[in-house]
Amino acid sequence: MTTQTHEKRTPYGYEDLGRLMGLMTGAEKHGPAATSTLDALWVLYDRVLRVTPETAGDRGRDRFLLSKGHGPMAYYAVLAAKGFFGEEVLPGFGSYDSPLGHHPDRLLVPGAEIGSGSLGHGLPLAVGTALGLRAQGLRDPAVWVLLGDAELDEGSNHEALAFAGPAGLDRLHAIVVDNASATHGWPGGIASRFEAAGWSAATVDGRDHEALYAAFTAPHPGRPHVVVARVEPKK
Amino acid sequence: MDTMRDRFIATTSRLLDEDPRVAVVLADISTDGFSAARRRHPERVVNVGIREQLLIGAGAGMALAGMRPVVHTFASFLVERPFEQVKLDFGHQDVGGVLVSANASYDWPAGGFTHMSPGDVALLDTLDGWTVHVPGHPDEAEALLRHAVADGDERVYVRLSLQSNAQAREVRGDGGFTAVRQGRGGTVVAVGPMLDNVLDAVASLDVTVLYAATVRPFDGAALRAAGYTDVVLVEPYLAGTSTAAANDALADLPHRVLGLGVGQRELRRYGDMAEHLAAHGLDAASLRERIGAFLGR
Repeated sequence: MTTQTHEKRTPYGYEDLGRLMGLMTGAEKHGPAATSTLDALWVLYDRVLRVTPETAGDRGRDRFLLSKGHGPMAYYAVLAAKGFFGEEVLPGFGSYDSPLGHHPDRLLVPGAEIGSGSLGHGLPLAVGTALGLRAQGLRDPAVWVLLGDAELDEGSNHEALAFAGPAGLDRLHAIVVDNASATHGWPGGIASRFEAAGWSAATVDGRDHEALYAAFTAPHPGRPHVVVARVEPKK
Repeated sequence: MDTMRDRFIATTSRLLDEDPRVAVVLADISTDGFSAARRRHPERVVNVGIREQLLIGAGAGMALAGMRPVVHTFASFLVERPFEQVKLDFGHQDVGGVLVSANASYDWPAGGFTHMSPGDVALLDTLDGWTVHVPGHPDEAEALLRHAVADGDERVYVRLSLQSNAQAREVRGDGGFTAVRQGRGGTVVAVGPMLDNVLDAVASLDVTVLYAATVRPFDGAALRAAGYTDVVLVEPYLAGTSTAAANDALADLPHRVLGLGVGQRELRRYGDMAEHLAAHGLDAASLRERIGAFLGR
């Protein structure tokens, strides 16, 4: 595949994302889930993450791990908009020769830090990435991981969040996109699970860009930080 | 004599001093042994608690960040319990690491079946790209560990056991079976700590004995070079684990393979290692009888 250079790239804005997602047509069944993540992903890549196609191989880059690999169309649209690959790749979504599957593969998708699809792997991998950066004295890069509220059903997440708080992984950030799709819900709230384990937590409207930005950039010294981004319930 | 696990702790503690890329990830097993190393390298010796999915995921995440993780607990909790993490977090993400297990198949029979892992090597056989070392002596464990940690970004499994041969053999770490006895009429492949029992068993049989401290990749070329089409495999884990590999090595020749190892059926017995070896037919007397019967002698 080709990756457009910075110079040739037309700047894309939030208003282009719908069209980019529209290029990925076919039998994909995760459309609503894909859009639940769109605003959080856009604000993160547009205003918070310090990574570009040019710095995607740098040791000191910020890392974003998409744990909820179902419905990656919003993710691919944002990566295309930010120049990690050209939009001409999008129509092939899910086809044999396409790098863009219905779950992302980090070996195929430029800019993808992990392959995902099986739920509950991203947060443990993010914990390890944060540990690995800290062990190398790389205190600056931030590690971000995006999960879904139903994905939190997987026990591996609870192993990871219960460890990350006491370990003081203050460069670790989780986003939980909450479209109320967990079968048994989260009585008492999602944020409370993280707070009980020593995380800093904020719960915001997952469609409100300023609220997302404020929550993403809130200081959280000495603790990992979670942003619960609430969106309309999954139909 | 120290155990393989003692040697693992000592060797890896030195590797932490020597190589800033090395990190150790633990899950409440062997943490006392690593306490001194942890004081020297608090950010490179991590204990995640009793959380084996996180153990593997965090180890793989450290590899994603550029480290060489050494991940350790009992075999049943390192390979079997978090198997999907091993498959995806290392394999699918295509990162390297060294998984080091203790307790093997029958190291603690009084602990019962929950702490036995005869199926670990067979499980790893379903995955691509894992090197599997099964040292037969603490000295071999040290050599193989050093090789594994220095082995680029390869995925390596090191299976430690309390069962040990009386003498260490020279191991290279890059695979390869070595002939410890030349004979006629058949080849017996002894894996790791099974060697002493095998040598006792075949003392009166005219057979070639190959020693395998590294079983994956399987050294099919050495098996062919031994020159016999009657082959007996003696493995300290699930019987028949390497039978397919031996068959593949001899695919173009009429041949016979007998795969000996730990039985699949639960014994539901406690006791000690010698009793379990006898129950699985892996003591010297049982091996003599089974190998002799297979070879018609």
